[in-house]
Amino acid sequence: MRRLSRIAVAGVATAALTVGVSACGSSSTSSSSSAGDGKSKGIGLAYDIGGRGDQSFNDAAYAGLQRAKKELGIDGRDVEPQDGESNADKVQRLETLAKQGYNPVIGVGYVYSEAIKEVAPKFPKTTFGIIDDESVKADNVADMVFHEEEASYLAGVAAAKASKKNHIGFIGGVDVPLIRKFEAGFVQGAKSVNPKIKIEKQYLTQTAEEGGFNSPDKGENAAKGQIDAGADVVYHAAGLSGQGVIKAAAEHKVWAIGVDSDQYKQDSLAKYKDYILTSALKNVSGAVFDLAKSVKDGKPLSGVVRGSLANGGVSLADSNPAFKNDADLQAALKKAEEGIKNGSIKVKTS
Amino acid sequence: MKKFDRERVLLAVAGPVIALVAAILLTSVVLIASGKSPIEPYLLMMEQAAFSDVQVLIVNQASMYYLAALAVAIGFRMNLFNIGVDGQYRLAAMMTAVVGAHLALPSFLQIPLLLLVGMLTGAFWAGIAGVLKVTRGVSEVVATIMLNAIATSLIGYLTLKDVWGVQVGNNMTTGVMNESGWIPGIDLGPEVGEIYGLVFLSVAMGVAYWIVLNRTRFGFDLRASGESETAAAASGVDARRMVLTAMLISGAVAGLSGLPLLLGDVHTYSLSFPTGLGFTGITIALLGRNNPVGIAFAALLIAFLDKASPALDYATPVAYEKEIATIMQGLIVFAVVISYEAVRQWGLRRQQKRVGLELAAAAAAQNNSEKKKEVAAR
Repeated sequence: MRRLSRIAVAGVATAALTVGVSACGSSSTSSSSSAGDGKSKGIGLAYDIGGRGDQSFNDAAYAGLQRAKKELGIDGRDVEPQDGESNADKVQRLETLAKQGYNPVIGVGYVYSEAIKEVAPKFPKTTFGIIDDESVKADNVADMVFHEEEASYLAGVAAAKASKKNHIGFIGGVDVPLIRKFEAGFVQGAKSVNPKIKIEKQYLTQTAEEGGFNSPDKGENAAKGQIDAGADVVYHAAGLSGQGVIKAAAEHKVWAIGVDSDQYKQDSLAKYKDYILTSALKNVSGAVFDLAKSVKDGKPLSGVVRGSLANGGVSLADSNPAFKNDADLQAALKKAEEGIKNGSIKVKTS
Repeated sequence: MKKFDRERVLLAVAGPVIALVAAILLTSVVLIASGKSPIEPYLLMMEQAAFSDVQVLIVNQASMYYLAALAVAIGFRMNLFNIGVDGQYRLAAMMTAVVGAHLALPSFLQIPLLLLVGMLTGAFWAGIAGVLKVTRGVSEVVATIMLNAIATSLIGYLTLKDVWGVQVGNNMTTGVMNESGWIPGIDLGPEVGEIYGLVFLSVAMGVAYWIVLNRTRFGFDLRASGESETAAAASGVDARRMVLTAMLISGAVAGLSGLPLLLGDVHTYSLSFPTGLGFTGITIALLGRNNPVGIAFAALLIAFLDKASPALDYATPVAYEKEIATIMQGLIVFAVVISYEAVRQWGLRRQQKRVGLELAAAAAAQNNSEKKKEVAAR
């Protein structure tokens, strides 16, 4: 052991010298020249944990990118995060996108807030966007946030109306403030219909790393539990885990309410769609598209851009005919929607 | 200076080298199977390593990996498997962040205090597993895995708004720490970045690890207990006390491993604080053979894979998936375990053969001299 260490120390010293010499090399920023041609390469999307393929949040951002490709003829690319990465990695990712000439550069998820705060001043000519965060204040940053609680309120009204046993359930992916907003709106909406309604609530995990947003099996188990307890409408805000929630609901022939995208129309859920009552929509794809369009038009958005029921940033899907043709339910929804829009109903966020 | 022992060096280096070569070859097989160039990704990554800003990222990340791996290695030397480094460092970083946010002492007091808080929290969390092991005989593997899960929930609770949490946008943080607790780094300019000040703590811990294990009575007891508990007990070592002490030290070092980032960069514990350092630490300790220098190389290697691989996504004209690096890390673990065992057995056989030869030679020499004596006696 001891002898080995001495020899190895000599080795380290040599290696350290080598590294020391090479450290004089240029930084990757100064050697990249692609930003110099002055032409935007399109949208640069940096995903949150889960990445593309989560069937909800990240995929919605990707849908915005694709729509921009088709309708605006601009290009773009998307990059996935690594497991267990730190802020420095996010900074590196955004910088790489910005210096390669992507504009706008969008951080999908509040985890990018610190990184954007750091990177945005270095690239004043690039527009940055961040979804689900409004803490970054800069001229070249657009904070794209949503009134998730408003759509969830409507989902709560729909759930309470559709429930026969006056017993509904909420399943959140990860116990974080953002998902608490969904719960708060849902509970308030349901109670506005029936103050005595029983509501099961469950969060799948404490942290995103444990897989709360991307474990359909966890969602399925949680939903089974709530259905066994008597719930006959379950609402999920759990990303990919929600696939399991919807599967369990369909197997037990009770209603499920989807989230973020219109899950009634998703191919992967086509088997279960008859049990998907509606979905609380959050127009992430529209936000991505709008920002890209504003950059292309030369009038980049900046400051807080908030999607609400009033401006269509959040809404409730009505593609299931059984849902759309339920007059009683629709009347209640309409009333609630107007109340939120004219301010007579204040939806809580926590 | 002792004599240069070629045999030992050969055996010590053969394991990691074989493992790395095997991992690279297997990764190439994966690349070929998916119809991609089996060589270009490595070249792209090597190219990244020449950039100074990537080097800074690698050094910073390696400093955290190094501390986590040292924590694991201390356990390994004592024959303890501390899988709980992950929970220990997260809890420790969170507690340090909380103390740093609520306490404002002058820097020369604040910084040592924060380091101490990190170490004590880590030691406390690992100590629970240690106490369970010595009093109730609970396997530390099971206990620390469970403590990881409990740490996650505990952190979730402690960062609630009505406990110590401060909500910033949609992120839950512990509030920004007072500036007297920030540890300045070596700023290499806006293009390049900043090397964390606590990188030097990592180096110092590596030296301390070597000295304690190889130059102190305690280190000897620790290694002896790890090699053979009964033999150690026979020579007067209290095995139970050693188990507990080793767990506490391992936890204390684990408690430090999140701090380079916390005190040097983010200054708050939030939902986006990196997780999984502890598990990567296990890989690194294995690859580095619990040797402080070996671990340093292993930490740099894994950090290199982490930080150089994102560039694969942007490669032109053909982009590669950065997950190649993840595959490689996984293969390294496999290859390490297999090659170490193979090399150990090969070494044993070599040793047996050599000893056999030496014995035969000695016997022959004795025969000769006996014959001579006989001749002389005549």
